[in-house]
Amino acid sequence: MIVEVVRFALRGLAANKLRSSLTTLGILIGVGAVIMLVAVGNGSSKQVQKNIERLGTNTLTVMPSTTRGGRGGGGAVARLFGGGGGRQQQQQTGPRTQARDLTVDDARALADAANAPSVKSVSPVVNASSSNAVYAGTSHAIQQFVGTYPAYFEASNDPVEQGTYFTADDVLNDRKVVVIGQTVAQDLFGTVDPVGKQITVGGVNFTVVGVLKTKGSSGFQDADDVAIAPLPAVQQSLTGYGALNQIVVQAKTPKTVDAAQSEVTDILDQRHDITGGNTADFQILNQASLQSAISSSSKTFTVLLGAVAAISLLVGGIGITNIMLVTVTERTREIGIRKAIGAPRGAILGQFLVEATVLSLLGGLLGVAAGVIGSQFKVVGVQPVIVPSSIALALGVSVAIGLFFGSYPANRAAKLRPIEALRHE
Amino acid sequence: MTVLDVRDVTKVYGQGGTAVHALRGVSLAVERGDYLAIMGASGSGKSTLMNILGCLDVPTGGQYLLDGTDVGTLDDRRLAILRNRRIGFVFQSFNLIPRMSALANVELPLAYGGVKAADRRQRALAALDQVGLADRVDHEPNELSGGQQQRVAVARALVTAPALLLADEPTGNLDTRSTTDVLHVLDRLSASGRTIVLITHEDDVARHAKRVIRLVDGRIVEDRRTAPVDGPPPGLVGLR
Repeated sequence: MIVEVVRFALRGLAANKLRSSLTTLGILIGVGAVIMLVAVGNGSSKQVQKNIERLGTNTLTVMPSTTRGGRGGGGAVARLFGGGGGRQQQQQTGPRTQARDLTVDDARALADAANAPSVKSVSPVVNASSSNAVYAGTSHAIQQFVGTYPAYFEASNDPVEQGTYFTADDVLNDRKVVVIGQTVAQDLFGTVDPVGKQITVGGVNFTVVGVLKTKGSSGFQDADDVAIAPLPAVQQSLTGYGALNQIVVQAKTPKTVDAAQSEVTDILDQRHDITGGNTADFQILNQASLQSAISSSSKTFTVLLGAVAAISLLVGGIGITNIMLVTVTERTREIGIRKAIGAPRGAILGQFLVEATVLSLLGGLLGVAAGVIGSQFKVVGVQPVIVPSSIALALGVSVAIGLFFGSYPANRAAKLRPIEALRHE
Repeated sequence: MTVLDVRDVTKVYGQGGTAVHALRGVSLAVERGDYLAIMGASGSGKSTLMNILGCLDVPTGGQYLLDGTDVGTLDDRRLAILRNRRIGFVFQSFNLIPRMSALANVELPLAYGGVKAADRRQRALAALDQVGLADRVDHEPNELSGGQQQRVAVARALVTAPALLLADEPTGNLDTRSTTDVLHVLDRLSASGRTIVLITHEDDVARHAKRVIRLVDGRIVEDRRTAPVDGPPPGLVGLR
């Protein structure tokens, strides 16, 4: 009996192919849009997350705070991403007594295992921007020339592809060695293997010991246009023995990042004489909290896109109601005949419900196919990443739409009185 | 045994001053195997009576027993089952379902009755054979002539082996030759013991019945038996 009802429904749909396919198209577009737009939102949030992960994992970046009161640069970044999640440890009010620079001694204090048990490694960092490097007559302005300790490579997620890292020994002995990024290697050496060659930066010869793996550009900066050398060598030849630009602190595990942050804050507060009333002269950028701020904002974005798509799904559902009402009116006589020869109410109800559900399910399946295919292509620079649950949800909703929007016309058909339906012309 | 027992049935459409009394107290009993023709001019109430006999409509007053069951006490679902198993309809305008083959149309009541596919097909083919359309089973209604369509409708009506075959002006839309065909089919069904109620306004058609009832203004004015209940129908007698 049920098989028969389904067969009648399919026959009814097949009798009006153009109408059925146009109605299906409405649902197809709705479901496809839901899957596709959610995938785009998800893809863009994945992309941002990847960019952040590129900066290093489990890391805290301590920077001198140059602003008077208010929030520092890191806070601005977090605000830019709609956050308020970036936790800059900085008192908002009060006069600053005397801003102190970050020093190597600060870094050493942070590496103290007794005061900072959550810290895995500490790398003091100096930056020399736009340093001209020369090799065999070719010159290239390196965007970022970093002087630091070997722990920096791990903390900032900078693996080498060729050669090796420099060692603690190189740092202690003031050796002029350097690890260069892909862009630098390409510009200076071309096809030549850079490892073991000497480049001249600011009149000092550095020996290339390694080439970093490519990172790609993150935002405005080319992350591969970089050179990393031991801290003393850079201070000696390029920046002088002044303040550090930043201290990169790596926590032991992702879970201890917050603990590490409070330890770092306590140590530096003490060393820089920051008390309750003073504004801190340093700020800490927490990678994890930045990431959570950004991912929460991109979630909002995804939900927004999904909501827009859901509206088109709703419109598709109304299309089903409309077409089913037309179908019921058109087939009133047929319904009358069926009832006269003994079709129970349930069979008529079932037939039209199945018709509506098949329409929406078919549209849903095709919409999933369209959404999945569409998600293979880049949309405005974003590679969509499909959320599996969005497929299940869109399909489920489309079936529910068929049942919901089909139930009114189906009920109307089932309630028709046979003599009136038979008289209908 | 009485198949139909109609007791003082009335039917009123509308209310108050505009009320139309389609039936003003009709009582009628039909024996099994009878072949009854209900005659009357248009507006005499014969279509209303037919709808009530076919359980498509409920009377305003009175009682209607079909095979001993009081139809007035049945709910929607049971009425559907009753229509499916006990009554076969033949309409003036054939009322086959378009875009379905003759076979599928005949199978339809069996499908709603829950008969298995193989059994259904066999019975539908037998019914089509009975009305002489064994060679047209795969044709859709628009590929059949009026007479053939009506014979498919007759096959559909009798495929469930109903207690009662109701035919509402079955020849009203047919030419003379098709009319003869369809009436011949009905005659043979009557001869095989089927109970038939035929509604018509043509004397030529009514002549095939064993008993003729004439309705005027919602009342039975004439009840005439032309042949015995258990004998052959007059149409077949005349042929011999």
